[in-house]
Amino acid sequence: MSDITATHPGAAGAGAPVQFYETTEHHPENGTLLGFWIYLMSDCLIFACLFAVYGVLGRNYAAGPSGADLFDLQLVALNTAMLLLSSITYGFAMIEMNRNRTKAVLLWLAITGLFGLAFLGIEMYEFAHLIHEGATPQRSAFLSSFFTLVGTHGLHVTFGIIWLVTLMVQVGKHGLIRENKRRLLCLSMFWHFLDVVWIGVFTFVYLMGVLP
Amino acid sequence: MPDNLTQLIFGRLSWEAIPLHEPILIATFAGVVLGGIGLLGLLTYFKLWGTLWRDWFTSIDHKKIGIMYMVLGIVMLLRGFADALMMRLQQAIAFGDAVGYLPPHHYDQVFTAHGVIMIFFVAMPLVTGLMNYIVPLQIGARDVAFPFLNNFSFWMTTCGAVLVMMSLFVGEFAKTGWLAYPPLSGIDYSPDVGVDYYIWSLQIAGVGTLLSGVNLLVTIVKMRAPGMTLMKMPVFTWTSLCTNVLIVAAFPVLTAVLALLSMDRYVGTNFFTNELGGNPMMYVNLIWIWGHPEVYILVLPVFGIFSEVVSTFSRKRLFGYASMVYATVVITILSYLVWLHHFFTMGSGASVNSFFGITTMIISIPTGAKIFNWLFTMYHGRIKFEVPMLWTIGFMITFVIGGMTGVLLAVPPADFVLHNSLFLIAHFHNVIIGGVVFGLFAGINYWFPKAFGYKLDAFWGKCSFWFWLVGFWVAFTPLYVLGLMGVTRRVSHFEDPSLQIWFVIAAFGAFLILLGIASFIIQLYVSFRNREALRDVTGDPWGGRTLEWSTASPPPAYNFAFTPRIHDNDAWSDMKQRGYERPLKGFIDIHMPKNTAAGLVLSALSGVLGFAMIWHMWLIAGVAFAAIVISAIVHTFNYKRDYHIHADEVIRSEDARTRQLAAAHV
Amino acid sequence: MSQAHGDHHHDGLHPDEVGHGTMPDYVKGFVLSVILTAIPFWLVMGKVIASPATTALVVLGFAAVQIVVHMVYFLHMNAKSEGGWNMLALIFTIVLVVITLAGSLWVMFHMNHNMMPHMTPHEMRVAP
Repeated sequence: MSDITATHPGAAGAGAPVQFYETTEHHPENGTLLGFWIYLMSDCLIFACLFAVYGVLGRNYAAGPSGADLFDLQLVALNTAMLLLSSITYGFAMIEMNRNRTKAVLLWLAITGLFGLAFLGIEMYEFAHLIHEGATPQRSAFLSSFFTLVGTHGLHVTFGIIWLVTLMVQVGKHGLIRENKRRLLCLSMFWHFLDVVWIGVFTFVYLMGVLP
Repeated sequence: MPDNLTQLIFGRLSWEAIPLHEPILIATFAGVVLGGIGLLGLLTYFKLWGTLWRDWFTSIDHKKIGIMYMVLGIVMLLRGFADALMMRLQQAIAFGDAVGYLPPHHYDQVFTAHGVIMIFFVAMPLVTGLMNYIVPLQIGARDVAFPFLNNFSFWMTTCGAVLVMMSLFVGEFAKTGWLAYPPLSGIDYSPDVGVDYYIWSLQIAGVGTLLSGVNLLVTIVKMRAPGMTLMKMPVFTWTSLCTNVLIVAAFPVLTAVLALLSMDRYVGTNFFTNELGGNPMMYVNLIWIWGHPEVYILVLPVFGIFSEVVSTFSRKRLFGYASMVYATVVITILSYLVWLHHFFTMGSGASVNSFFGITTMIISIPTGAKIFNWLFTMYHGRIKFEVPMLWTIGFMITFVIGGMTGVLLAVPPADFVLHNSLFLIAHFHNVIIGGVVFGLFAGINYWFPKAFGYKLDAFWGKCSFWFWLVGFWVAFTPLYVLGLMGVTRRVSHFEDPSLQIWFVIAAFGAFLILLGIASFIIQLYVSFRNREALRDVTGDPWGGRTLEWSTASPPPAYNFAFTPRIHDNDAWSDMKQRGYERPLKGFIDIHMPKNTAAGLVLSALSGVLGFAMIWHMWLIAGVAFAAIVISAIVHTFNYKRDYHIHADEVIRSEDARTRQLAAAHV
Repeated sequence: MSQAHGDHHHDGLHPDEVGHGTMPDYVKGFVLSVILTAIPFWLVMGKVIASPATTALVVLGFAAVQIVVHMVYFLHMNAKSEGGWNMLALIFTIVLVVITLAGSLWVMFHMNHNMMPHMTPHEMRVAP
């Protein structure tokens, strides 16, 4: 075997051999999950900016309609329920993933996707209604901030659903291999993160927005 | 209906977009075309297209990508400096009846482009390139955590640069200054394509930078060699860690703000308008929440370079390693608490101003601690004044003075007089040139032999250094004087003839810097010509202290035949002292990631999307966007992204090095 | 870190790469979330508390608690995952979010007050 060790010079025989390198293939830990978490933190900061803009401009109604005039809290409650339910159904998908039950995973993913689509549908209905009433994003800084913050969240949910469908195809094709499990875990983080942001949205925008 | 179809396809792009009436641009275009044809001709003649595609453009090797970033940065330096020369010339001659040669609307584009290019397409790529090349080697890794993303990040940055360059010849660039404040940058006052070029090139490059930040961060956290705890990492790796934290934490803010500005321009929202409840001051607030960490993103890696250079060329362990680490972390956190000092005069009042004035002064303290640590490292060291060390000494003097003018500006009442004067311009060039540019040249001279296998010519390196050092002070001291006298920035014509002498001196300084850049280019050429004489066969030409110097110059694709095991700081020094012997056999297959064209394709499509959005070519934009999403999804269906370097190839490579080392000792 | 660990379970996934949720956890999180959502909606829709400022603070408080519930029960946040880096990244991000939000609100409030002195909050709302 090659000289993989060297004793400390002048150690008078007391030095244990020092290893300066690994002799077998060294596999560093996979960084995908940490990397995705860090990306989510950066996404969090984008939302922080949008919340800050809403915080500063959110009462600039420009003599136009305010949150109290426009927000239908019952609809928002329904929407919130859709998103929350989708979170738990994704959780069920994860439990089935740990049990390596491919069909069950696909089923729960599909249900999650449907709840997500319901959320988006309700939101688009809400937006269409507002615009029809003349409360367009161009009307005032308040409405610009509202549509952008809520709309950006909705865009993220849209991309999440596209990703979900793609993953369903990939899991259907390749099964619950290591790479697919990692991707499912990433989507899981993404999906729950969107629910966390929504908590901020319904609180800061809708609930506080109808208060005088 | 041909008219509507034309509108749909071409948007507002028409033949008028080509600036036939601007002789300077026509001449530039002719130069670019000739140079471009020459370059393409050479590539074809030497049959380099295959190599270029296979070994460089589609490479996911951090070393190749690092070098490509450096090439991008240096090419853009020439463009950004051309803008600087144009400004110096204009300001040296335009007094009273003499209007100079640059009409105001052109001058405005020149100073905007100068700032945007220097920050985003020179400093950022050069810093990113060095971090990309060196960090995996310093931590004993084979590549970064996400090699494909690395390639993608590079091409996104390049795509942003291409868009900025295109604005020279198709349309125009922004006239708003490098941060594009509204309402000037809003649709009412800048209805043309300039600000859109600005927005899209930065958004595209910004995606690249953000992903690069995530990449290097995870690399440093997860891929350090066994035994390399955080407090045993080289200082350059520490500063890279903190820099990438800053990138991940700051660039989202830029993305968000530019997106809001683009919504104001495209959709008619009222974030930063003057009516319907908009507030332009919010833009300034948010953009500087990004902007201040950005300058630390530029300077922290360079502090790391200096730590490596100082300890290597003083032949001493760095003094105060722990305090260097703490200082870097403190700077990282504090950089988020000072941003308002960029707009003391916008009117937030005394209480807010004093808070930020105090935090700004506090942040200079850890930087001061670093200077002392470098000085104490040099004290009682056996100093060798190689070119990197010259740049370091130049930095210490220049940057410290620049930093002191910064502390002066941190006093709000003083800033009320000096804000947006030439004093400010002199200050930030002082710290950016004295800090970032000098540091990059130190780093380039220091690590060039590692990357290319031969040293850079020392004579031309010294020429470059002296021209830059003297040139900088001759160019910018007059600006300090002018600023104190009350002269404002971004002005292309003056009435007071007594100011002219200062501008003429400044122009001469810029000319000296031109000679410095020319010396650098000559240095590259001469070194290439004499590369055999300058050859580094040992892999360790300077007596380095960190792991990158344990590899061959240049390192093999896999970096290390066996992953190193670390025992102490300055790992390579430690290995040399303890009688380390290179392994000569027992090599095994090595697992490596595969090359891919996906990054290039996605970036090119992003460029098409950006161009189409700028010119309101909605159909093409829509198609490009769909193509990006589909391509990305298709890419995720590729699960086979790696391969093995066979043990035989490793044996061949290592044996070649063994022979090279043996020959060197003869 | 040699090859010795990791490959003996979970398809060669590192322990960090396995979903950590259990059914009881998800159900607990869900029920808590429902409660923590329903109460704020009730408080606002029913105009239960007289002072809007107090209502706002209470509702924000509930949001903060629910975010923690989501972090713990759905995102399985703990101080050990990824060697503590997940938690560190989260704390750093929260600090920055607070600085961005609080800092912007503070700065802009002062700006508006100094640069648009005649604009009272009422004016801001009704001025076109």
